[in-house]
Amino acid sequence: MGETGRLREGTRAYLLIAAMWIRSTMTYRTSFVLTAVGNLAVTGLDFVTLVLMFAQVDTLGGWTLPEVAFLYGLSVTSFGLADLLIGSADTLGARLRDGSFDTLLVRPAPVLAQVAADRFALRRLGRITQGALVLGWALCAVHVEWTAAKVLLVPVMLVSGAAIFGAVFTAGAAFQFLAQDAAEVQNAFTYGGTTLLQYPPTVFGKDLVRGVTFVLPLAFVNWVPGAYVLGRPYPLSLPGWAAFAPPLVAAGCVALAGLAWRAGLRAYRSTGS
Amino acid sequence: MGAGRLYAAVAVGGFRRYATYRAATAAGVFTNTVFGLIIVYTYLALWDERPHLGGYDQTQAVTYAWLGQALYSTLAIQGGGTEKDLMARIRTGDIAVDLYRPADLQLWWLASDLGRTLFQLLGRGVIPFAFGALVFDMALPHSAATWAAFAVALLLAAVVSFGIRYLAALSVFWLLDGTGVNQAVMVLGIFCSGITLPLNVVPGALGDLVQVLPWAAQLQMPADVLMGETSPWSAYGFQAAWAVVLLAAGRVVQSAATRRVVVQGG
Amino acid sequence: MTETGTGSGTVTDTVADAFIEVDRVEKVFDVRRRTGFLKRERRQVRAVDALSFTVARGEMVGYIGPNGAGKSTTIKMLTGILTPSGGRLRVAGIDPARERTRLAHRIGVVFGQRTTLWWDLPLIDSYRLAHRMYRIPDARYREILDRLVELLDLGALLDVPVRQLSLGQRMRGDIAAALLHDPEVLYLDEPTIGLDVVSKARVREFLRGLRDERGTTVLLTTHDLQDIEQLCSRVMVIDHGRLMYDGPLAGLHEAGESERTLVLDLERELPPVDAPPPARVVRVEGPRQWLAFPASASAAPLVARLAAEYPLVDLSVREPDIEAVIARMYEERASA
Repeated sequence: MGETGRLREGTRAYLLIAAMWIRSTMTYRTSFVLTAVGNLAVTGLDFVTLVLMFAQVDTLGGWTLPEVAFLYGLSVTSFGLADLLIGSADTLGARLRDGSFDTLLVRPAPVLAQVAADRFALRRLGRITQGALVLGWALCAVHVEWTAAKVLLVPVMLVSGAAIFGAVFTAGAAFQFLAQDAAEVQNAFTYGGTTLLQYPPTVFGKDLVRGVTFVLPLAFVNWVPGAYVLGRPYPLSLPGWAAFAPPLVAAGCVALAGLAWRAGLRAYRSTGS
Repeated sequence: MGAGRLYAAVAVGGFRRYATYRAATAAGVFTNTVFGLIIVYTYLALWDERPHLGGYDQTQAVTYAWLGQALYSTLAIQGGGTEKDLMARIRTGDIAVDLYRPADLQLWWLASDLGRTLFQLLGRGVIPFAFGALVFDMALPHSAATWAAFAVALLLAAVVSFGIRYLAALSVFWLLDGTGVNQAVMVLGIFCSGITLPLNVVPGALGDLVQVLPWAAQLQMPADVLMGETSPWSAYGFQAAWAVVLLAAGRVVQSAATRRVVVQGG
Repeated sequence: MTETGTGSGTVTDTVADAFIEVDRVEKVFDVRRRTGFLKRERRQVRAVDALSFTVARGEMVGYIGPNGAGKSTTIKMLTGILTPSGGRLRVAGIDPARERTRLAHRIGVVFGQRTTLWWDLPLIDSYRLAHRMYRIPDARYREILDRLVELLDLGALLDVPVRQLSLGQRMRGDIAAALLHDPEVLYLDEPTIGLDVVSKARVREFLRGLRDERGTTVLLTTHDLQDIEQLCSRVMVIDHGRLMYDGPLAGLHEAGESERTLVLDLERELPPVDAPPPARVVRVEGPRQWLAFPASASAAPLVARLAAEYPLVDLSVREPDIEAVIARMYEERASA
C-alpha cells in the first residue's frame, strides 16, 4: 500500500472511529454539555487574565491588547484544531498500560489514525470557538494596512499552526512508547506551547525565543508571521521570507513527527512494552 | 490503635499512594517548571511596565509565580486530589463500607489528602521552586521564623483546599455524576486562587471579591506570609476562619448524605 | 504422542495444508529492573525460545501453559502485534509482522478479559463499525451477522448498550465481532474465563459448530481443561518459552502423570476409606473425604467398589487442574 493509499485508509478509519466516539459521548448528554461549557470557560480564563493585565498596563512587551489578542487568537484556534483532531493521542500511555493498545493493532487500519481518533471529543470545539472569537475581535481592532499577502497569511497561519501543534501531539504520543507514565511531559510542549504563544515574543528571554524559533519551531505558528502582519520587528533577525515559511516548517514538523511515531511503534512491537 | 495513630497511618497511605508514580511525578516537575518559566516572563514584562503593581516588586512577582507552580498540584488547585477517589467511591456505592468503619469519614479523607499534599509538595513542588530560585532573583526570607510561619500558612491552605474539594465530592451523593462539579472546581480554582495572576493585581470590585473568597487562603496568603507582605496572624485568622466554615459545612452535608445512604439502604 | 523438538530443532514435517507455520521462532526482551533508587539492572529474557509448530487449516488447537510461559507473546507474534526476534513465522502465507493490516482481514482475535465492543453503544453499533472497517460487502455482512445472531442467540441483545450486558452475553458479542469478516483463523484468549456454566457450554457449542461448519482454524489459550477436552483434538503446552508437549489431551495426562480427585460425602464421619491403590485418601474433613487417582484410569470401578462398601450420600469427580499438570510435567523435565 502506497503512502496515499495509507493516508486514505487512515482518514477513513479516523472518521469511522470519531463518529463512534461522538455517538458514545452523546449517551451522556449532561456530561457533554458540562464539559463543553467547562472547556470554553477554562480556555477563556487565559484571555480574562490577559485582559486583567491590560487593565493595569497599556502595552505588554511593547505590544497593545489588540495585537496580543491577535497572537492569542491564532495560538488558541490553531492549537484547538490540533487538539480536536489528535489531542486524545495523549491517552496512549493509558492504553499501553492497560494493554488495550494491542486491540488496535489487530484491526485493518493504520494505528496512528486509530490513536488520533481515540476518545474523539466534540467538546473541544469550545476552545476553537473561544480562540476564533478573540481572533475575530483582534482582526477588527488591530491597525494593519491589509495587503493581499497579509490577508492570505491569516488562514495559512491557522492551518500551518494546527499542523505544527499536531506534530507536537504526535511526537508526544511517540514518546509515550518509551515512557508510558510520563504523558504529562507533553503538556509542557502542547499546553505550554500554546500558552507561550499567547504573549508577544518580546516578553521572553532571547534564549527561549531562539529555542522556539530554531529548535522546536513553535514561533512559526504565530510569532514570526504575526509580527510581519502587524508590522512589528521580530526579536531575532530573520530573512524577510521567514514570515511565509509556516507551511514549510509545518511540513517539516509533520514529517519528523511521522518518523518519530514509526520509530516508537517499531520499538513497541519489538519490546511489547 | 489510638485515633491519632489511625489517622497518621491513613496519611502515610495517602503519601505512599502518590509516591508510586515516579515517572509521572518527574514529568509533572518538568511541566511545572516550563509553565513557571512562561509565567515568570509575562510577570517580568508586566512589572516592567508597572513597578510595584499590587504592592509587589519584580522579585516578589517572580517568587509568587514559582510558588504558584510549586503549590499547583500540592494544593490540587484545579482539583484532582483524593476527592476524585472519594467521588468514585460514592458513585460505585463503596462509600457504604467507609461509613461502617469506626473512623470519622471527614477526618479519614482529610488525613489521606494531607498525606497526598505532603508528597506532592516534596515530589513535585520543591524542584520547580528551587529551579526558579537558582535562575531568577527571588524575594526569599532569611529568618527561619518566617519559613516556619510560611509552613503553618501552607498547612492551613491545605486544609482549606481540602474543605472545598470535600464539599464538591459530597455533592455526588445527590448529583450521581462528578463531571459538572469537577469542571466548576477547576474553573473556580484556577481563577480564584490567583494561579494565573496574583489576586492583589486583579482590579476593581472583582479584585475585592476574589480576595475574600476561600481560594485566597490557598496561594495568596502563604505567598504574602513568605514575602512578609502580611502579618502571619492575620493570614492565619483568614485561613482558619474559612477552614472552620468549610469543614463545618462538610460535616453538615456529610450527615445529610449519610442519612440518605442509610435510608436507601446503602 | 508427538513431541516437537525443544532443543534439537526437529520440526514435524511441514503439512501441505499448513495454515500457521512457526519455525524456530524466538522472542527476546530486554528487561530493565529497578535495583536501587537510581540503579537499574538490564537483562535479557527469552520469552519464546526456538518455538516450532504448524497448524493445519481447520484444526482446533489448545495452547496452554502457566502465566508468563510465553503464551500471549506467541499469540501477539501470530497476530502481528509483536515482531519476532528470530525464526520464521507465517499465517495464511503472510508474514504477520510485515503485513499487519493485510493479515488483519484474515484473522479474528478475542481477548477474553478485554472487550473490543463499544461500551456505551448498543451492540449492533460495534458490528456496523466492523462492517465498514473491514469493508465487508453488504450482502455478505447481513448473511454472516444473521447466522451469528442465530447461533450465539444475540437477537435480543443487539439494541442493548454493551455496558448493560452480562459477562457471558458480552463474550458472545465479542466472539461475533471477531467473526463478522469471516476470518480463516480465530485466536481466542481465555474465552470462557469468568463465565457461568450455561454460558460456557454455549460458547463451546458454538466453537464446535464453527469448526464443523466453516472450517475455521482456532487457536485458543485457556486455564480451563474442559475447554480443551470438549473442543480440541490437539493441545500444545508451553513453559519458559519452549514447547513442552504437542499432542492429544489424553497423552498430556500421561505425560504429566496427573491425578483426578474423587470427593466423597459419607453419611457420617469415618476413618479414611480403604481404597484400592494407586487411589488413596488425601484429605478428610468431617464426613467428606478426598481421594486422588490417576487421570488415565476410569473412575467407574473405584466408585462402584466404594459405593458397595461405604454409606455414600454424594460424590463428585474433579478434573486435574491444568496448572498442576503442567507444573508436574515441568518438575519431571527438570529432574530428568
